[in-house]
Amino acid sequence: MNDLLAARWLFGTSLAFHIVCAAIGVAMPLFMVLAEWRWRRTGSPAYHELAKRWAKGTAILFAVGAVSGTVISFELGLLWPRFMEFAGPMIGMPFSLEGFAFFAEAIFLGIYLYGWGRVGPRLHLASGVVVAVSGAASAFFVTLANAWMNVPAGFEVATGGAAAEVRPLVAMFPPGWVHEVVHVLVSCYVATGFAVAGIHAFYLLRERDNPFHQGALRIALGVGAVAALVQPLSGDLSARQVAATQPVKLAALEGQFRTERGAPLRIGGLPDEGARETRWALEIPYGLSILAFHDPGAEVLGLEAFPRENWPNVRNVHLAFQLMVGLGSALALVSLAYLLYRLRRRPIPRRLLQAVLVTSPFGFLALEAGWLVTEWGRQPFTIRDVMRTADAVTPVGNIAVPFVLFTILYLFLAAVVIVLLRRQIASAPPASELRARARAEGLA
Amino acid sequence: MSPADLLGGAILAALVLYALLGGADFGGGIWDLLATGPRRKAQRDLVEQAIGPIWEANHVWLILVIVLLFTCFPSAFAAISIALFVPLVLLLFGIVLRGAAFTFRTYDRPEDKVQVRWGLVFSSSSVLAPVVLGVVVGAIASGRLAGPPEGVDPLAWLSPFPLSVGLFAAALFAFLAASYLAVEAKGELQEDFRRRAIGAGGVVFGAAVLAGVLSWFDAPLVFAGLTRRGFSLPLHAATALAAVTAFAALFRRRYRLARAAAAAQVTLIVLGWGASQYPYLVVPGLTLADASAPRATQVAVLWALAAGAVFLFPALYLLFRVFKGERPLSVVDRATPGAGVGDRPRARGDV
Repeated sequence: MNDLLAARWLFGTSLAFHIVCAAIGVAMPLFMVLAEWRWRRTGSPAYHELAKRWAKGTAILFAVGAVSGTVISFELGLLWPRFMEFAGPMIGMPFSLEGFAFFAEAIFLGIYLYGWGRVGPRLHLASGVVVAVSGAASAFFVTLANAWMNVPAGFEVATGGAAAEVRPLVAMFPPGWVHEVVHVLVSCYVATGFAVAGIHAFYLLRERDNPFHQGALRIALGVGAVAALVQPLSGDLSARQVAATQPVKLAALEGQFRTERGAPLRIGGLPDEGARETRWALEIPYGLSILAFHDPGAEVLGLEAFPRENWPNVRNVHLAFQLMVGLGSALALVSLAYLLYRLRRRPIPRRLLQAVLVTSPFGFLALEAGWLVTEWGRQPFTIRDVMRTADAVTPVGNIAVPFVLFTILYLFLAAVVIVLLRRQIASAPPASELRARARAEGLA
Repeated sequence: MSPADLLGGAILAALVLYALLGGADFGGGIWDLLATGPRRKAQRDLVEQAIGPIWEANHVWLILVIVLLFTCFPSAFAAISIALFVPLVLLLFGIVLRGAAFTFRTYDRPEDKVQVRWGLVFSSSSVLAPVVLGVVVGAIASGRLAGPPEGVDPLAWLSPFPLSVGLFAAALFAFLAASYLAVEAKGELQEDFRRRAIGAGGVVFGAAVLAGVLSWFDAPLVFAGLTRRGFSLPLHAATALAAVTAFAALFRRRYRLARAAAAAQVTLIVLGWGASQYPYLVVPGLTLADASAPRATQVAVLWALAAGAVFLFPALYLLFRVFKGERPLSVVDRATPGAGVGDRPRARGDV
């Protein structure tokens, strides 16, 4: 393993791990606040129990997300010092603002977690809302920095290679920031919603009438399903933006080698870079031209229009993209079924609960796949058309050592988090106990 | 004042706050490791209660320093990241294990065996992190990162002066934490932390002398900065005054005064470090001006800092008022006494 590859693996592993915590950090506070709000409204002990347990889950994941995010902020310099030396002045603005959002999140999560019974109900609920809003704001700002790497703007490259004439606000909102930010934020609610709903669906399959798990499913899947139906729309917006601003990425993710008018949409298939064709794909005529430009006759640039050394790994990008779209479509179907039952106020059938259970990891798999699409799709550049990844890497050697160490650390953290979260939910009170508590409080 | 100077000041201010808040957190972890005697458990519980609600906010200051550094002084960030790769990776390990173990301990089973295991991870990484942090500061100040980064020895930081600064930092944080905890403790526990503060203060003094002597051999620029500048003498006098006040207050059991004096002492030490290496960011290779990002970025960040401060400081005030304030504050929406007792996540999570 050479040092560039080790650095990419280390950074990729750190981000793959952090992204899960970060996405949960965006969505989980919302679920937690909704549960508390339901409790304050109805007095139902099931929602009370839910708010408390979800708050503990949020606390565990927030702490792990905070420390893994600290690792990322250092690794930016430790692994890519040349990149940061060039890009710091441009992507620094969104990172600074993200810092403040993160600060707000940490402060109000402290008040929320330790403030039960210590501050009044309004301040408590409001603190939860601030946590949910600032979590989303963090994701918003960080995604702006990524959007800049995909479509760099707001600077000139001076002789000598440094950035000049930097316009920080232009760099902060580069072309195409809207689609990327919307797509990322929505994906957080889809992924977390389905993951949480899957856990509670599992327990509901055992104990159908448990109000704790029923309430949990209603909140997590309610948010997750709406988001999963919004996501294809945002995906359409993204496709058009990528087609306009990053044509080589579009060509790679569609496995489009030749430049053609009326390009087909490929479902599945395996791109072969040597033979310059994508085999075994189900081709929908004119599909790609319609999706990317809303015009069946539009010309789509193929990979052949770009120098070979500027191609990303077409097979990886295409497969990751297919995986993301496939998983997202499955989630949209389950969501549609769930919302139809909910709107008609019909009980959720066992089959649908099983479907929720099976699809529960799909959101996070799609989120990771989508992140790989955007990152692999930009290679071999770290800043598209400006700086190659190979030129950004640190001169420090033996990067394989920290890579192995951090991988072990992440595996350890993941194992502990899973054990602790499982305990929170597995020990939820049975239906009989919750009913007894509700009776004691004069609610039933 | 140029934007670069203002931003250098902002970074130094954030470092002061990180030392005062995050540093005291690390110190709490050190006392968790060194808890002894019949009240060992009570000591650990006090540390946990004191840190619980605030530790995450306390550590965001470090992120702020990093972000300001790479946004406003990107070449210094690159140079430090390359030359101090090894200690920074160690620091990250300390930070990750410490934060994770602290949270895991809170939410894992309350059995003693489980708690002791997490406590050990928490407290040993609480020692590792400040030592490495001190080493990083020492290495930056000593002038050992000079020259083109590619030419730097990856183990250049492993020399007596940076190591002595690491020891000094750990002792200082332990001293600070004990002074804070003495205010929050009651009865015999208060005596425990009073004795610990006095002991740690002695170690701080010893480590300071050691670092001073070593700087003479190993870091001549620091030594010159510390001794020969116009502000050196008044600054040292003020630091010494704060230290003496802290000791005297501890002996006379005036805990609040001791806490204030200890905090003043730490503030002056960090400011003294900043002042002694001004105008250098990385001694002696890069000044603030050399390492500066384009002016447009620096000005924009200054505005962002101002806007951020407007909502950050009231929020921090609220946090500390709720968990550290002694008197109820009228603007805080407080729970009615007796109500919601069952709401608590866990009794020992409450201060």
